[in-house]
Amino acid sequence: MSQENNLVKKLEAVNEYEREPIPQHKLKSWKSFVGTYAGEHTAGTEFVLGPLFVAHGASAIDLVTGLLVGNILAVLSWAFLTGKAATKTRHTLYFQLEKIAGSRFTMIYNLVNAVAFCFLAGAMITVAATAVGIPFDMAMPALNDTLPTSIGFVLTVFVVGAITTVIAMFGFNQVVKFANIAAPWMIMIFVAAAVAVLPRLGIHSISDFWPVAKETIWSGVPLEGNTKFTFWHIMFFAWFCNMAMHIGMADMSILRYAKKWTAGFATSTGVFLGHYVAWIASGILYSLFLLESDNSLVFAPGPIAYEAVGIAGAVCVIIAGWTTANPTLYRAGLAIQSINPKWKTWKVTLFVGLITTIAACFPALMMQLLDFVALYGLVLMPLGAVIFMDIFLLPKMGMRSNFAEVNKSAFNPAVGITWLVTLVFCVGLNLFGEIEIFFLGLPGWFVAVIVYLISSKLVQRNYKEVPSPTVVHKSRKTVPIS
Amino acid sequence: MNNIFKIISFISLGLTIVPSFLVFSGSITADLCKTLMFVGTVVWFVTAPKWMNKKEEVEV
Repeated sequence: MSQENNLVKKLEAVNEYEREPIPQHKLKSWKSFVGTYAGEHTAGTEFVLGPLFVAHGASAIDLVTGLLVGNILAVLSWAFLTGKAATKTRHTLYFQLEKIAGSRFTMIYNLVNAVAFCFLAGAMITVAATAVGIPFDMAMPALNDTLPTSIGFVLTVFVVGAITTVIAMFGFNQVVKFANIAAPWMIMIFVAAAVAVLPRLGIHSISDFWPVAKETIWSGVPLEGNTKFTFWHIMFFAWFCNMAMHIGMADMSILRYAKKWTAGFATSTGVFLGHYVAWIASGILYSLFLLESDNSLVFAPGPIAYEAVGIAGAVCVIIAGWTTANPTLYRAGLAIQSINPKWKTWKVTLFVGLITTIAACFPALMMQLLDFVALYGLVLMPLGAVIFMDIFLLPKMGMRSNFAEVNKSAFNPAVGITWLVTLVFCVGLNLFGEIEIFFLGLPGWFVAVIVYLISSKLVQRNYKEVPSPTVVHKSRKTVPIS
Repeated sequence: MNNIFKIISFISLGLTIVPSFLVFSGSITADLCKTLMFVGTVVWFVTAPKWMNKKEEVEV
């Protein structure tokens, strides 16, 4: 009983500063973010995304150059957009949005966001479960499976989900520690798995690699039923696959702990190891699987990694799933908790973990991961544009930042209009212009910026500033950046 | 003591990556590679928590 009370006290002592700036003594050096991002982006998703390029007939040269340019753009987005905003405000995305858009708008946004995070974490739990199920001879899901495939699969998912949830319940520091420890080992396993299978692809020396890469691994010919990927597809895919995190500002929740905005560049460890080396490695593994299985429809990262490097490969898939699911569950918990700050973070995370685990029982989540990631990044992107403009541009244009807060409004129509118009514009481009979803983020961001500036001008035209203690309040909350 | 754990950790990390290159060069079998990588994995997760994150805790 005493132990139980201690556990509850420990959980309730977890303070993640959801509604206040991070205090100076809690700021972390850039090294913390190196581990976090390397762990997060060398992850379970890589076992799904890497094979995409093989399936979509990317050529080897397009892959190498497209990933290079796209990943550089992603790092710049993290540093110059998310890092700048996060270290200026020290707030979570959710709290900042509430100040700008109002509590009513934020509640809707948070629900959409939390559902998206639950699905993403759920997909990662499914990925990990394909490895955990190997010793139990679990029936693995196929590309066209949508519903739970067996009782064994459901039980395995629940075990993985429970462990992931417990880790996430103990807060950000535990996630950082876990990711830090796993990250260096994980990238070694990714590389080792790909190198170890090269002889089975007919590569026996370094000079063999490029010809086989061009002709066998990334042949430039898409699998049946898949569209052809060009350099531009790969570049935009690499840039926008984490659009919700950088341009969409979700990683304000992480980077608000950074001493300086330049910690945003620490994401380069994640993208260049995870979205470059790991995608290439998992592409090689999948290509071998297709060759040796006669184009089998089974899609299970666990057995593919196990076949390549044994138990270490299977454990890598499990850990990779965890290191993605953990911060994602943490973010989902923050999203829900901001609806009612009185709710304890750990209790919310427990609830979110349960929903996520149930969702993870459906393999469709993993199989449709690409479409889902693209969609949720696009949906959240306009609010990232709003936050950035509100922090940096509105004051320079003579308008008020945090308009919902200063106007004591529960809903800032400028934000609602921006979200709606941008999404309608993107859907229109997709439906009528036949522009693929990964290309919509760039024009969409500029539309969001223009619409927000115009609508803010209109909404704020009748606003008269009155002296308010808010100014004093704000300066007290500002955390100096060393 | 930390330094000893660090050295063992880095050796174990080497044990997860080097055998794959030895398979590639035809020096060892794939099965031996799998065993060595498993050993490296176990040793890494036993020793790395002994020294990783400690510095960060002191900084904070």
